[in-house]
Amino acid sequence: MTDIFWLIPFIPAMSTLILAIFGQKLPKKYISFQACFAVFASFIISVISLVGLLQTSHESYPLVKNLFSWIHAGSFKADLSFQLDPLSAVMALVVTGVGFLIHVYSVGYMANDKSYSRYFTYLNLFTFAMLILVMSSNVVLMFVGWEGVGLCSYLLIGFWFEKHSAANAGKKAFIVNRIGDAAFIIGIFFILIYVGSGEFTAINSAISGGAITQGVATLIAVLLFVGATGKSAQIPLYVWLPDAMEGPTPVSALIHAATMVTAGVYMVSRMNLLYTLSVDAAQVVAVVGAVTAIYAATMALTQNDIKRVLAYSTISQIGYMFIGCGVGAYAAGMFHLYTHAFFKSLLFLAAGSVMHALSGELDMRKMGGLRKYLPLTYPTFLIGAIAISGIPFLSGFFSKDAILTHAFASGQYFVWALGILGAVLTAFYMFRLIFLTFHGKERMTPEVKKHIHEPPPAMTVPLVILAFFSIVAGFIGLPVVFGKNLNWFGHFLEPVIKKSHEAHLTLGTEWLLIIISVAVALIGILIAYIFYIKKPQIPHSLVARFPFIYKLLYNKYYVDEIYNATFVNPTIKGSELIYDKFDLKVIDGAVNGTASSASFFGKILSYFQTGLIKDYALIFLLGAILFIAYLLF
Amino acid sequence: MNIPVLSIITFFPLAGAILLIFIHKDRKELIRFFTLGVVLITFLVSLTLYFSFNAQTSDPQFVEKGAWIGYGINYHIGIDGISLFLVLLTTFLMPIIILSSWTYIQKRVKEYLIFMLILETGIIGVFVSLNLFLFYVFWEAMLIPMYFLIGVWGGRRRIYATIKYVLFTMFGSLLMLVAIFVLYSIFYKATGTYSFNIFDYYKIILNPQVQVWLFLAFALAFAIKVPMFPFHTWLPDAHVEAPTAGSVILAAVLLKMGAYGFLRFAIPLFPDALEKFLPVLLILCLIGIIYGGLMALIQKDVKSLVAYSSVSHMGLIMLAVFALNVEAVEGAIYQMLSHGLSTGALFLCVGVLYERAHTRLIKDYGGVSKQMPVFSAFFLIFMLSSIGLPGLNGFVGEVLCIFGVFKTSKILAILGVTTVILSAAYLLWMFQRVMQGPIENEKIFSFKDLNKREIIYFVPIVIMMFWMGIYPKPFLRKMDASVIHLINQVKKKEAVFTRVQKEENIPSVVDIKKIGDKETNKKKDANKEKEEEVK
Repeated sequence: MTDIFWLIPFIPAMSTLILAIFGQKLPKKYISFQACFAVFASFIISVISLVGLLQTSHESYPLVKNLFSWIHAGSFKADLSFQLDPLSAVMALVVTGVGFLIHVYSVGYMANDKSYSRYFTYLNLFTFAMLILVMSSNVVLMFVGWEGVGLCSYLLIGFWFEKHSAANAGKKAFIVNRIGDAAFIIGIFFILIYVGSGEFTAINSAISGGAITQGVATLIAVLLFVGATGKSAQIPLYVWLPDAMEGPTPVSALIHAATMVTAGVYMVSRMNLLYTLSVDAAQVVAVVGAVTAIYAATMALTQNDIKRVLAYSTISQIGYMFIGCGVGAYAAGMFHLYTHAFFKSLLFLAAGSVMHALSGELDMRKMGGLRKYLPLTYPTFLIGAIAISGIPFLSGFFSKDAILTHAFASGQYFVWALGILGAVLTAFYMFRLIFLTFHGKERMTPEVKKHIHEPPPAMTVPLVILAFFSIVAGFIGLPVVFGKNLNWFGHFLEPVIKKSHEAHLTLGTEWLLIIISVAVALIGILIAYIFYIKKPQIPHSLVARFPFIYKLLYNKYYVDEIYNATFVNPTIKGSELIYDKFDLKVIDGAVNGTASSASFFGKILSYFQTGLIKDYALIFLLGAILFIAYLLF
Repeated sequence: MNIPVLSIITFFPLAGAILLIFIHKDRKELIRFFTLGVVLITFLVSLTLYFSFNAQTSDPQFVEKGAWIGYGINYHIGIDGISLFLVLLTTFLMPIIILSSWTYIQKRVKEYLIFMLILETGIIGVFVSLNLFLFYVFWEAMLIPMYFLIGVWGGRRRIYATIKYVLFTMFGSLLMLVAIFVLYSIFYKATGTYSFNIFDYYKIILNPQVQVWLFLAFALAFAIKVPMFPFHTWLPDAHVEAPTAGSVILAAVLLKMGAYGFLRFAIPLFPDALEKFLPVLLILCLIGIIYGGLMALIQKDVKSLVAYSSVSHMGLIMLAVFALNVEAVEGAIYQMLSHGLSTGALFLCVGVLYERAHTRLIKDYGGVSKQMPVFSAFFLIFMLSSIGLPGLNGFVGEVLCIFGVFKTSKILAILGVTTVILSAAYLLWMFQRVMQGPIENEKIFSFKDLNKREIIYFVPIVIMMFWMGIYPKPFLRKMDASVIHLINQVKKKEAVFTRVQKEENIPSVVDIKKIGDKETNKKKDANKEKEEEVK
């Protein structure tokens, strides 16, 4: 039953192909049906595969399906080959499950778009690429998915390419990702050289067999992680993600929240033996994750664009996942990836339905009091916000707690402290968003207000389903304090993920940590409540008091400007200079100089070509004299 | 009786060109269809090469030999796993090129197509020649139609561009001609027979000192053709001024001749000299990759942008050629085909735009996608192929090239991998400025999307791109034997020479006469020669 798992990526691929070729001529209804159905079919197969996987003994993991030999030249071998194991099963379920809901949502959201078929072509293509990424059995094929999702990201961010900002954002995303990918591919080459194969099973046995030294492991792990900072929007390559919000909102939910951006976390978990071997690389992952978590959260504090707040929040939450991976709690990182997929896509879709209601408005300063106009969107949004803030017993609480507990248990108190600080900020900015959008004074223009309406069922049903999962998804991974063997999720991943050094904490300490993280979340919500409901003048006075900090945060630490000034502009200006002064003047100058000096000498010689016999006779005479002189002396 | 398939493929276009002379110049449609028929038949016949090609052997296949002028100047053609695909690339692209200039060329259609056909014969001749003299004849003959194609049907500065192109190439190839004759005389002195046969030359081992000069002469000719930095400045000019079809053929096939020349002649004939110049060559390639990419970034003309992108891509191909391991060389050949498709296709796209707006400046465009969605999809695929997106042809070649280089030198590969970033930057930026954004130029509103003819010639390219990206096996397996043979040949020669050098203690400056065929002439013969020399 499990040997059909390779169909999971195949079905969306077929659908993409049909839509790409015939999409223009097909009716909208059919397009929606086919696109959604393809993902749904993959979802069903994923479920079947999961069931099959549970019935298979751990020894036979991973199940591999080798379709054909793809690139093979000399010692370079890469097959088109898929694998099924707990890790890829979880990812496939998230991608197809959440993906299906977002496809359905898109049917409503994009209903009036001119490029309807193009949209679903891209969305199916994305699903395909993402499934390749998570199901490939070797690192080269994984790179295909890795770049493929990057392409879809480019296409979908720039979906409304008539807008300069959208076209720019798409291009930026692709190029920034490519920087990471360049490092990633070098990492792959090191693997191929030192392991002799890109198959994950071979890599793992090389590592367990001691074929890879710690130095090499660090090198490979760091190179791969640079790729992950691009794809998963971590410092220093996170800059593309906020701009990526130019894309349609369901795209932000699917690609830039639930699935693609978490690919880095998946990759690190997939390579967990490597990161366990290299302590230094793991430390890099943990620190980058922690710093990104808090750094991105601070930027979310001051944004007025509803989607940008969520974008920074995503960067920050992925930072948490990397904290988990970096401290050796890969299962916790994956757990957060899984819960985050529900609540963050919920938040984005709910934001999309706010935009839908407000004729595309994104600025929270022009919202407020929407609670009574959007009786369905509001509670779902609220559930998402509570979940991400880490309030018991919603899903985000369990996963975030698992990460922070492990960070503490592994002795990384600094990382833990950053995580706790980030938790305050998270709760604050999420409830700032809730209060600004749904509570307080109504700041919409009357024109907009007239049209406020709840979206069609195609959009609300996915919201409700996602809200449901945002609440309950965490119950499959309960912490130790609730009982010994309730962490079913971690247990399920054990065959793939080396058992993290069990948190050697007393139950008392565990309880204390939980209480702290819940307390800070509540504090964050409380501050937001005071700032934006009770005493709305406080934020203004703070801005007036600390204009520098506010400006710094509001302008995102000027990182875009710094990158432009240090990398982009010098490259372009420098190239222009080289082109003008070197390529045209020196190289081509030398070429043309050779040519013109040839014609110059030619011209001089042509003076001797007078056609007058007496001149020739004279030259002849001179020559003869010279010749005789030469002979004589 | 064996059918001389290779000769048919080589000379069928020429025969077509001769027949074309007898068709009246005003019957343009007939002329076009006739030419299309000729190149299509050539393509179909050339497919038999692929299917009956024996992948197990590295020996040349479809060999035809015949006496021609004498003194070693013979008609001797054949193909191996390296030239096979370059011939196929040429015959595959020719119908596409003819279709692309269907309405683009309005003046002197007949002459134009005659030159195109002659050009095809010249190109195929270069790839199939196994006789160095014959090779040189084709190498030069091919310049003539190209000279006219740019000079007559080109843009505003066509005369400047075409003369620059021809002089540049001639400069290199004249030195090569001298080198060929030196090689010829060395061979004659060593063995007493006249030969231009490349396989005869493979057998002899040359004194490194002599190799240096000969290598430099050959390498210069090929480096100009590739073009390698700093011999690249003719390329943007030639591309910008050439008609679309000229640009396509130039980028897709003619540049490959340089790389092919290195693989077929310069490297196997002069391995020691290669060893000596390797650092310089590798650095030039690396500069070419980065420099070409940076220059492409800031071009204002779409065509010169694509031209500089070729400099960058060819830099990577040459880097892989010089890395000289199986992965790299197979990658290089694969990338040659790939680059032929993708860059050729990009020039076709520029041609499509030019035919509608009569400008190549990036700033004159913007928002074209909105008006031409189908074209936009094709352009996008071609661009992604050029960027090296996995799943398309470019990735397979690029990844093998870089991996091969990586095996030889990690630092070179790491620096060379910047091409991945640069190519994304310059192409996406160009795509954004040309195809995306709001429409600002009024003219663009009148653009019509691709017509049937344009779609017909784009589709085969797209199919090939996906095929080569998803299932490269049919290509790679046919190369294996030849590539492995080439590498062993070079390695063995180097080894033999160092051994001989040690045993006989040959001083650094050796008389030409001492160089003999080490594989047939044994040590005794060498000693004999020494004695003769003393006398």
